[in-house]
Amino acid sequence: MGKGMEHKAGAVMILGGGIAGIQAALDLTGLGYFVYLVEKEAVVGGVMAQLDKTFPTNDCSL
Amino acid sequence: MEAGRSPNIKMLTNADFLGLEGKPGDFTAKLRLRPRYIDADNCTACGLCTQYCPRHHVDKYNEGLAMTRPIHIDYAQAVPATYYIDPGSCLYLQHETCQICVPVCQSHAIDFSQQPEELDLKVGAVILSPGFGKIGEKTLEQFGYNKHPDVVTSIEFERMTTASGPFQGEIKCFSDGRHPKRIAFIQCVGSRDLGCDNGYCSSVCCMYSIKEALVAKEHDPSVEITIYYMDIRTQGKEFDKARQRAENMGIKFVRAKVADVTPWKNNLRLTYSTLEARHSFAEFDLVVLSVGLESPKDAQGIAKIAGIELNRYDFCKTETFSPLTTSREGVIVAGAFQGPKDIPESVTQASAAAGLAAGLLTKQRGQGVVHKSYPEEQEMGDEVRIGVFVCHCGINIGAVVNVPQVEQSTADMEGVVYHTDSLYSCSQDAQEVLKQKIKEHNLNRVVIAACSPRTHEPLFQETLKDAGLNRNLIEMVNIRDQCSWVHATEPDAATDKSKDLVRMAVAKVRGMKSLPEQTVPVTPKALVIGGGIAGMTAALSLSDQGFESLLMEKGKALGGNLGLLNTTLAGDESADYLKGLVDRVRKSKLIHVVTEAELASLSGFIGNFSSVVASGSGAKKKEITFDHGVVVLATGGREHRPDLYLLGKNNKVVTQQELELQLAKTKKAPESVVMIQCAGSRGDDLSYCSKVCCNHAVKNALKIKELNPDAQVVVLYRDMRTYGFAEDAYREARLGGVVFIPYDVARKPEVYEKGKKLHVRFFDTILQEELDLAPDQVVLSVGIVPEGTQELSKLLKAPLTDEKFFLEAHVKLRPVELSVDGVYVCGLAHGPKPLDETIAQAQAAAAKAAIPLVKGAVSVAPIVSVVDQESCIGCGLCASLCPYQAIEMVKVDNKRKAQTIAASCKACGICASHCPSFSIAMGSFTNEQINAQIAAFGGVREKEKAEVA
Repeated sequence: MGKGMEHKAGAVMILGGGIAGIQAALDLTGLGYFVYLVEKEAVVGGVMAQLDKTFPTNDCSL
Repeated sequence: MEAGRSPNIKMLTNADFLGLEGKPGDFTAKLRLRPRYIDADNCTACGLCTQYCPRHHVDKYNEGLAMTRPIHIDYAQAVPATYYIDPGSCLYLQHETCQICVPVCQSHAIDFSQQPEELDLKVGAVILSPGFGKIGEKTLEQFGYNKHPDVVTSIEFERMTTASGPFQGEIKCFSDGRHPKRIAFIQCVGSRDLGCDNGYCSSVCCMYSIKEALVAKEHDPSVEITIYYMDIRTQGKEFDKARQRAENMGIKFVRAKVADVTPWKNNLRLTYSTLEARHSFAEFDLVVLSVGLESPKDAQGIAKIAGIELNRYDFCKTETFSPLTTSREGVIVAGAFQGPKDIPESVTQASAAAGLAAGLLTKQRGQGVVHKSYPEEQEMGDEVRIGVFVCHCGINIGAVVNVPQVEQSTADMEGVVYHTDSLYSCSQDAQEVLKQKIKEHNLNRVVIAACSPRTHEPLFQETLKDAGLNRNLIEMVNIRDQCSWVHATEPDAATDKSKDLVRMAVAKVRGMKSLPEQTVPVTPKALVIGGGIAGMTAALSLSDQGFESLLMEKGKALGGNLGLLNTTLAGDESADYLKGLVDRVRKSKLIHVVTEAELASLSGFIGNFSSVVASGSGAKKKEITFDHGVVVLATGGREHRPDLYLLGKNNKVVTQQELELQLAKTKKAPESVVMIQCAGSRGDDLSYCSKVCCNHAVKNALKIKELNPDAQVVVLYRDMRTYGFAEDAYREARLGGVVFIPYDVARKPEVYEKGKKLHVRFFDTILQEELDLAPDQVVLSVGIVPEGTQELSKLLKAPLTDEKFFLEAHVKLRPVELSVDGVYVCGLAHGPKPLDETIAQAQAAAAKAAIPLVKGAVSVAPIVSVVDQESCIGCGLCASLCPYQAIEMVKVDNKRKAQTIAASCKACGICASHCPSFSIAMGSFTNEQINAQIAAFGGVREKEKAEVA
């Protein structure tokens, strides 16, 4: 098993890559921080990516 | 999508969280990365491997409604856009056979030698956003799930209605494939149910059921839909309107508990009991279970590793006054793990969490990030070389518009040197293709026929920049919203219209020019308007991040509505918290507090606002000028005072706020109280639900019972909207003997005086008879109205909702930003909401406001008006008409000429359309371009007419 180590000053780890995790990651980069977005599945997006339209305006969710 | 492009976000997928050591500012997180068995750098997401893979695999993304292969990608726009192999069903990884994918893959991306890797991350802070879990199947089985194929969950139904889903958007019964004519939704499956230990309300199911019902109606207007509910909890901003819309479309709402779902001939039979304890039956083709949000499956594991506490339902434990703070310092929570919530609430919390993390790490700001650089912009050359890209949007466009025909129609157009179609133009791999084609064919103008530029133009502009083109050399044609959606039943006409629009766009881009990018510096300060809890929280959050603010309050003291409350529903003392908050604000060196303040003027634009604030009264009155880069609106609201139920006419009729203060002061409770919910709300004076009144009523009812257990408390309500964990308090009140009786809007309670007695007459929907009570007090839940938003809206040119709350830039994805750049909103000015949501929103607004302050410069939109001073006759009409004061009259060679102030220009085009000498051009919308577009449209039509003749 390989082993690695990463260090970036003031980095933030976000556990969970759904809409909350992604939004937090984008805002943190805007605020000047490096982000590790950690997701247990093979893709990010979470449940929102499964939705067709969103309430109440029925906009597309992707 | 955007996250996939940032150089400062490293995505670690297939990752298990193993450990977290250390302290804030210096954590070490341990992860294990499971292999994808596909090399991400080589995979082109072509999909060939999935076609050849012989093994079937249940498609989790489609909720098991479809099959895929062990080697697959969930959906076309997935990020990262790399396929992966599920080791659980891969023939090689299970039985060491097959490996057919290895030679099939043209880019040699498949690598079975990959091993799990362990990785240590040094991080300063941690945000937990693991989302939510699924309700157990045992709960679902009570309603026939797994026993009958036509009982589905709401998320399965969602996949069914999705155009890109396994049934291409066709709704059908699993039993025999027929289209259902009668659909039932059963609410609160796995929510508000102690049977499965989920005592809470999941807060989102009412909304998504209404949405899904509306979508099903759109698919087939003849379908009959019934929603069985206990309370319809559409308490969010503008949510009741959607419910109204659903009712108007014929969707039936039945207040009833469903006891059983059983097969009945070819159908399903629902047994349900209504309020008046009557049992009824109804037949349906399809039953949808509105499943709630469970705590994440691995909540306990995450809690143990992260060292945080959970609440009794295994969600992350937090407090009303610090909604995102976990029990471990430096570990912050956001989203549904904090409690069931919808997308805007999750997005708000996410921004707030980012702000809190930033506040912990101000010293390291900017140290770990890399700045994205773009290749130098190429010279465009004289030759027009246009590329046209037409998108299928899955089947969103492709099912109606004949995409290949539209694409082919561009072949002979002047200047078009390349044209193609793609399944999803917005996917990461399609962006790569776009970049590649720009280089390969030396394209210098691009037409994308796809969806709305409102959502996707920035993405394509970014790709153009990556390819070395000026970002204005693109034109988007919306053949989805404007063709396939609105003309869904007329595919030929929709295709013709698409061709027309694309031809016009090609005509327009021929005249496109590179427009220069400009940036202006930002004054790193904020103006926070409103000194209630929202304003104070926002100012403190900005101060934690190192930014100065002017906090202006129109009253004499800070505190706002919180000063009028005594305790929270969770039992916290609000006065103590308020005092602590005011102390922190007063002590902060970065917050300048101005009370009795009024905004005399405000001008400028993001990064460069200038305001004049008048403060004090009498001899102490003064005015100060304050330059700032951003504005946070936290102007709050107040209790509405409806002229109903004798409020203000009989002193025994009070509001919930007045009752709370009375109980706190006297420590005595009346013997009998009748509370009337929605007094003036949801239809009378205010069209909306104020979100907090049900909680407020429950809180006061519990307080009365605590002070006087024998007191009789009757609550007359329409829907009890004690969403989330507040449901526990509602249950406690019921068990404690508080009587809750729903009333019908058509038969509202009446309050009248008879002698010295105060009476309430109402129809008891449970006993089915009219009752008359003579309580000591009548308490009204009166709702909230915004304050001062209209004046500010005019000053800032920021739009309001019909109800005079500020309208956010996007209800889902930009809930604290306004459409005016650099202006943010939080608290009651945005809409009625409880304390914890106000605090999270204020922290989110502060985080968003800090982004331009951190950047130090903002780029000005390149599309601005440009005056041709040669032909300008100096009439000044444009300057007088400009709503943004963005045109000034200057002297050039002693002649009066107009000149645009680029940074203030909003590119509305009023000046250009009124200029009598056609001297004003809008970048990318020049007269020549618009004329070319019109000619391109009319030209072909003329030709067609001639041919017909």
